[in-house]
Amino acid sequence: MTTSAPPAALTDLTGAMMPETTSAPDTLTGTLGFVIKVDAFSGPLDLLLHLLREEQIDIADIPIARIADQFLAVVHQLGLNQAADYLEMASRLVRLKAQMLLPRSQDGEGWDDPRAELVRRLLEYQQIKEIAHWMMAAADRRSLRFARGYLPPPPEIPPPPLTLQLLELLQAVERVISGILHPVMHSVVARPLDVEGATLRIQSLLAEREEFIWTEALSLAPTISDVLSLLLALLELAKRGQCLMLQPAVFAPLVVRREPSFAAA
Amino acid sequence: MNPLSQLLEAALFAAARPVTVEELVTLDPDASLDDVRAALDQLREHYDFDGHGVEVVELGGGFQVLTRPAFAAAIERAQLNQRQSRLTAAMVETLSVIAYRQPVGRAEIEEIRGVSASGVLRSLQERGLIEVTGRSEGLGRPLLYGTTPLFLELLGLADLQNLPRAEELSIALEPPRPETTGADDAAAYVAADR
Repeated sequence: MTTSAPPAALTDLTGAMMPETTSAPDTLTGTLGFVIKVDAFSGPLDLLLHLLREEQIDIADIPIARIADQFLAVVHQLGLNQAADYLEMASRLVRLKAQMLLPRSQDGEGWDDPRAELVRRLLEYQQIKEIAHWMMAAADRRSLRFARGYLPPPPEIPPPPLTLQLLELLQAVERVISGILHPVMHSVVARPLDVEGATLRIQSLLAEREEFIWTEALSLAPTISDVLSLLLALLELAKRGQCLMLQPAVFAPLVVRREPSFAAA
Repeated sequence: MNPLSQLLEAALFAAARPVTVEELVTLDPDASLDDVRAALDQLREHYDFDGHGVEVVELGGGFQVLTRPAFAAAIERAQLNQRQSRLTAAMVETLSVIAYRQPVGRAEIEEIRGVSASGVLRSLQERGLIEVTGRSEGLGRPLLYGTTPLFLELLGLADLQNLPRAEELSIALEPPRPETTGADDAAAYVAADR
């Protein structure tokens, strides 16, 4: 019994990794008739490498002008939201193209090839692609060996946005509720907060006195909603600059004081 | 098989993940690290030479009993197990950068791949293949990423040393030399510019 992975997995992979393209012959001469499926590329460097491979161009001696034009033609076919990463590369290429057209001295001395940085990045990326290729093949080989403890994956949820009718939603809720053995019903009672009332109470207290302790604005037996209403009203008035809130000592009750500039009101 | 090999077989059968040698040593107080390694070899030979459908595989820093690749198709057909879904090209490229440069920050990954990486990094993190290993001393103290043992498991690697070394890669593109000379190229720039 041998353990070598079937070569089918490898050939399969090369097929899958190759970007899908259709290109007319002699695409260098014209930008029309050159159709590229951009989803097939994982970025501008990938696209650039593909263009170079397609035209059998030596990476060390890239005809920038032609490649830049081709690259721009492809970017032009993209929607703008997809194109951001590609546009950055396109602008680099256009700059390189301009630099290449600058006159240089006859003997070529003292001329740094402006393409050097691009070539370095392309080679680096090419290496990453090669490693990625290797990794994909390794993962494919590994996926042919199963371990114990397999659980089938949960069913896939359809991608958002969900298109549901209200009726379907209600029916789904019914189904879920009917599955509950001992449903506990909880009735929700609306207890509206009276923020306006609390605000008026604070304002009338402040009209009489310079300051008061916050509990004075409450009735003798306040409910939770009374306290919450008062709290919200206090915060709102403080925000508007009609009162100040002070705490003279740690854990001391809050003191509400009339804002001096607002005294006239 | 000796009793220790049998014990290791039982332990590897019971565990649903790769088990490290250090963990295997704790199974028997009388066994040394070398004993365990020898017993593992014996178990491996037993599987390989006595005709078994499973084998001992070293991956992700440990050992695991896995089915042999030859049976994958049949097992999948019978819906007893399922192959992992493949990673996207963007994910594998990002993993390649991280595996070789770790610890590495997002900016460097983006510089190498030429595309923004935040989305890919998030999904790789969600799949448990990479993790934040620290922060760079550089400006803004960006997060640094590294690969996890699960990454090694996914590729079936014992450790990072099993990744191909730089000298094993044929980095450059290898197209035939274009017929044009330098002078023709210069003419081509002008022609293309018209």
